[in-house]
Amino acid sequence: MSTVKLTVNGKAVAVDVEDRTLLVHLLRDHLNLTGTHVGCDTSQCGACVVHIDGRAVKSCTMLAGQADGADVTTIEGIAKGDELHPMQAAFRDNHGLQCGYCTPGMIMSAIDIVHRYGGQLDEATVRHELEGNICRCTGYHNIVKAVLDAAGRMKVAQAAE
Amino acid sequence: MGVEGIGASVVRKEDKRFITGKGRYVDDIKLTGMTYAHFIRSPHAHAKVKGIDSSAALKMPGVVAVLTGKQIVDDKVGNLICGWAITSKDGSPMKMGAWPAMAPETVRFVGQAVAVVIAESKNLARDAAEAVVVDYEELPAVADVTAAIKAGAPQLHPEAPGNQVYDWVIGDEGAVDAAFAKAANVVKLDLANNRLAPNAMEPRAAIADYDAAEEHFTLYTTSQNPHVARLVLSAFYNIAPEHKLRVIAPDVGGGFGSKIFIYPEEMVALWASKKVGRPVKWTGDRTEAFLTDAHGRDHVTHAEMAFDTNNKITGLKVKTYANFGAYMSLFSSSVPTYLYATLLSGQYNIPAIHAEVIGVYTNTTPVDAYRGAGRPEASYLIERMMETAARQLKVDPAALRRTNFITQFPHQTPVIMAYDTGDFNASLDAAMKAIDYAGFPARKAKAKADGKLRGIGVSCYIEACGIAPSKAVGSLGAGVGLWESAEVRVNPVGTIEILTGSHSHGQGHETTFCQLVADRLGVPISQVSIVHGDTDKVQFGMGTYGSRSAAVGLTAILKAMEKVESKAKKIAAHALEASEADIVIENGEFKVTGTDKAIAFPMVALAAYTAHNLPDGMEPGLKETAFYDPTNFTFPAGAYICELEVDAGTGKTSFVNFVAADDFGRLINPMIVEGQVHGGLAQGIGQALLEHAIYDANGQPVTASFMDYTMPRADDLPSFKLSHTTTLCPGNPLGIKGCGEAGAIGASAAVINAITDAIGKNNLEMPATPDRVWRTIHAA
Repeated sequence: MSTVKLTVNGKAVAVDVEDRTLLVHLLRDHLNLTGTHVGCDTSQCGACVVHIDGRAVKSCTMLAGQADGADVTTIEGIAKGDELHPMQAAFRDNHGLQCGYCTPGMIMSAIDIVHRYGGQLDEATVRHELEGNICRCTGYHNIVKAVLDAAGRMKVAQAAE
Repeated sequence: MGVEGIGASVVRKEDKRFITGKGRYVDDIKLTGMTYAHFIRSPHAHAKVKGIDSSAALKMPGVVAVLTGKQIVDDKVGNLICGWAITSKDGSPMKMGAWPAMAPETVRFVGQAVAVVIAESKNLARDAAEAVVVDYEELPAVADVTAAIKAGAPQLHPEAPGNQVYDWVIGDEGAVDAAFAKAANVVKLDLANNRLAPNAMEPRAAIADYDAAEEHFTLYTTSQNPHVARLVLSAFYNIAPEHKLRVIAPDVGGGFGSKIFIYPEEMVALWASKKVGRPVKWTGDRTEAFLTDAHGRDHVTHAEMAFDTNNKITGLKVKTYANFGAYMSLFSSSVPTYLYATLLSGQYNIPAIHAEVIGVYTNTTPVDAYRGAGRPEASYLIERMMETAARQLKVDPAALRRTNFITQFPHQTPVIMAYDTGDFNASLDAAMKAIDYAGFPARKAKAKADGKLRGIGVSCYIEACGIAPSKAVGSLGAGVGLWESAEVRVNPVGTIEILTGSHSHGQGHETTFCQLVADRLGVPISQVSIVHGDTDKVQFGMGTYGSRSAAVGLTAILKAMEKVESKAKKIAAHALEASEADIVIENGEFKVTGTDKAIAFPMVALAAYTAHNLPDGMEPGLKETAFYDPTNFTFPAGAYICELEVDAGTGKTSFVNFVAADDFGRLINPMIVEGQVHGGLAQGIGQALLEHAIYDANGQPVTASFMDYTMPRADDLPSFKLSHTTTLCPGNPLGIKGCGEAGAIGASAAVINAITDAIGKNNLEMPATPDRVWRTIHAA
């Protein structure tokens, strides 16, 4: 057992976990942040993507101990109160989700994509960048639309800040 | 239609919880004192279980119990059933081998459970499972149908000699033989429909909780049809009587058919919960999903089509071997028979059809309904056949289809189905226009000049949905009726709860079902909530599959709404001192037509519950129930056209354009309908280009993770161009046909027709991987 100290969604936490515990299980089982999902166990599907120090990471690929000292943001931590993150709003407005299971990971990956490209995105780039996130419901059509829509919204929001 | 009524693309009410991480899936639920199950599964495709030694495991930390197949059989938990009886051509019933929830003596596919460890945590259960020693005696195994039916093949079940479950026929063989005797041309086709793994993104999971004081079980499970699960668990598996078993299917992360069935893991969790006296949770991992979720498709078919001198089809004969895997899953028997062969007429006038379907056991994961269930196999066969025929007869493939389209409705096919309505020319016109079919030769020439092979492929599908008229399916062997139920509860303040037997696992019922209410009463959808997925809350219902939730489920709601409105009108008329016949419902008010007298709907609801001033003899309250049994199947149909390029050097396919023109009858929420089509197309394209659940000759699965099984990714797919042509379904009052499976049914033939057009060779199996395409291009 080890104590892992980290910041999750802005809150400092210390959690005692078995050394083999994956970050995703620390989040789900110890902190009850069940929005982060497990879909494949082989780091293919991306349902478990969270942000670690601002970058998208598959939380099933990382031991909880490796996140010691890190700043972790999950799907539960991106809205500001009742105000949705522009990516969340874009997924809803573009019907970018159906069963919702891949959605948290999609949204977390997509935010990272927009950040990395500074909003300079086109359809082909979005499709290529979503390689690590699998959705079985939407055929990606509306997810791609949502990410492009959000890229515009995030640019506007950034300009306003 | 109003901003929230029928026909409006309302954003989904359910989305907020999913986009904020507040969805509640089975694995998100924790119960006090919960234990965790880990199954011990056979690594062999076929073996005797000679012994299980769990002594070391039982001494490990946190282990609560190790339970075996022998114990579950001794406790008289029932064997898994197949709920649709099929009769062979010789009149004999289908031949089924016994399927216990855990194998006491013989395992017949890799992944079949033989024992389960129950422990204080998931990790401790997994650790202990490593210490359970199972003594297997390997037996010869067989994985594909052609090998399984050969003399001397390994035999799976003593009940099914030759590994044959049934040899079933449909249609008039004499009429077909006569048509072929007179045929001007005969087109022959051999094809395989590749085995697929459904792969809903949420792995299956179950939590069973036994209350010894009440002798009552609660099961949280990833189900598309919780009431059917309760019925089967109660009536056939002896878990508990129905009133002592509550089944809850909360948020479910996709189903695609695979979550219709009641699986061994739910049965074991329930049984184990009583045995250990604590809640038991099992959450499958992805490899378990590959090994144990019912697979789809897996047909091997030979077909011949006869044409007269005018290129009119005169007859069709089909012989299909369907791989059922090692056991007959819940609805498996119906898939390659009544859901497949009854659609072999496609969109065409075919005077004579005969089909023979031989169901075969193999040492593989059981096969059952997966998105489309039989109808993709039929559509793929017919549309590959039409393309092959056009090439052989040297006519334009679209023109050959038009020559043979059914244009008069109703149309009785020779294989049971009576198509009620449709306009196949209209959908083909729309698709051809959308893709600029006329301009294709010029584009092909230009691509050729650029060194690319360009192809175009058409697929005109029809399917039977709205499953299904109970009397009709009962006469065909179904063990259940396929009606749907609804209850409309108006609360005293005028808010409304709709309790539906349908289940939403991505389809957006919480929005579309509210839209019907908004449309009829003029109340905002925020005032309406949909309750589903809990047998303690909702009256018995049949669940969601076969594109039935709108055509059947929503119609049940409509029927209940009509009863509510009728009573509400009486109350309003009484309050307004008017005639009931003069009451109209507009914008949330009950009005006396032609006057300014009106009473708001919440006031009607309140009046129903205060009961201070009701018409004489009227019962208080405003709540009605309806059970709706459809009168016919519905027949969604459409035309898909795919244009693509093949790189002759690598065999890689790139999409240029993919257009879909569907006729789903009335659309409640076009945005949601289009989402359903997108997802279906992705699965159809996935089948055509990427997906294949492969076994080696000894029954070892080669594709049991996302590392090996190619799921469609975003950059494997194009953006789709969708359009709709509409003929209203005459079979239900809303005119709905259903849209959930169309994409998966129609897409794969369009893709393969396009690739084979591009490369100029007709024989190409799915999935058309670059390797396979390259070999086909360069084959002698």
